[in-house]
Amino acid sequence: MSEVIVVTSGKGGVGKTTTSANIGTGLSMLGKKVVMIDADIGLRNLDVVMGLENRIVYNLIDVIEGNCRLKQALIKDKKQNNLFLLPAAQTRDKDAVTPQQMKDLCIALKEEFDYVIIDCPAGIEQGFKNAIAGADKGIVVTTPEVSAVRDADRIIGLLEAHELSNPTLIVNRVRADMVKRGDMMSVEDVVEILAIDLIGAIPDDENIVISTNTGDPIVSNQTIISGKAYLNICNRILGEEVPYLDFSEKGLFSKIKNMMARG
Amino acid sequence: MALFNKKTSKSVAKDRLKFVLIHDRANCSPELLEQMRIDILKVISKYMEVDEMGIELTIGAQKSDHSSRQMPTLHANIPIKNMLGPKH
Repeated sequence: MSEVIVVTSGKGGVGKTTTSANIGTGLSMLGKKVVMIDADIGLRNLDVVMGLENRIVYNLIDVIEGNCRLKQALIKDKKQNNLFLLPAAQTRDKDAVTPQQMKDLCIALKEEFDYVIIDCPAGIEQGFKNAIAGADKGIVVTTPEVSAVRDADRIIGLLEAHELSNPTLIVNRVRADMVKRGDMMSVEDVVEILAIDLIGAIPDDENIVISTNTGDPIVSNQTIISGKAYLNICNRILGEEVPYLDFSEKGLFSKIKNMMARG
Repeated sequence: MALFNKKTSKSVAKDRLKFVLIHDRANCSPELLEQMRIDILKVISKYMEVDEMGIELTIGAQKSDHSSRQMPTLHANIPIKNMLGPKH
């Protein structure tokens, strides 16, 4: 059974595109045939996060307007043979697409792919409505900050109003040291407030910035804890029960190592 | 220790969020609530004398049957001073 998953957040800058890139890449690493759609018309970014910006010929609008066939617009990933990107148009605005066209596009892609991952634009206007139109499931990304959590709550309400009930939650950029000091809401705090099921938490990790610099999603590096956290999310999407990582573990381990090196 | 004599910034964040979200979910601002308080008072005053200063109108939350999330509810606490006699 194919599934269309929309990655959304309300607030901008919380990591939707990075999350979409890593979920898409992770699911393909687990053997699934995946296509990612950048639904952020006019402000495309998923192509650069994936390192595929030089390969774009056609885009989503070209497909919808019939300027090319669907297959011509799909860009194959650099590493994964079963991963494709449908980029957004950069020179058009979001009114160039209608929700019905997105629905039809998703139906066509479901024929070919196990998973369709849609990177939703920020906000709650037309771009959001287009992005969620063809989705079967929603993933809401937030950071442990009041503004991001407030917007996530709005988005959860809107998803439910559009019959995308029971979206799952990703808490991004968690800093274990700040949570420990009482200066950051914990993953549990955010889950309690938003009252939806958690599907994963990602630590605030500079390696993610580095991986975006090079256009190589962190999930492909399984020696790094944030890469592991993304792959865990993918396994949970496939229905597996995976225990949650303890982000403070690494810190504690290196502390002990340092102590031993000194002693 | 700071933990014992001061509220952590995290618990301040949580409390503020809980308050904001109750109003967001109900789509009901404090201004709207005040307007409603005045209107409710007008209607009730036809039938009983109430303690205007003692009126409490708040948005709360209650478990919903349809969703795992809580549904907003309106709570009104209106102290009655006197019932007005039947009109002639």
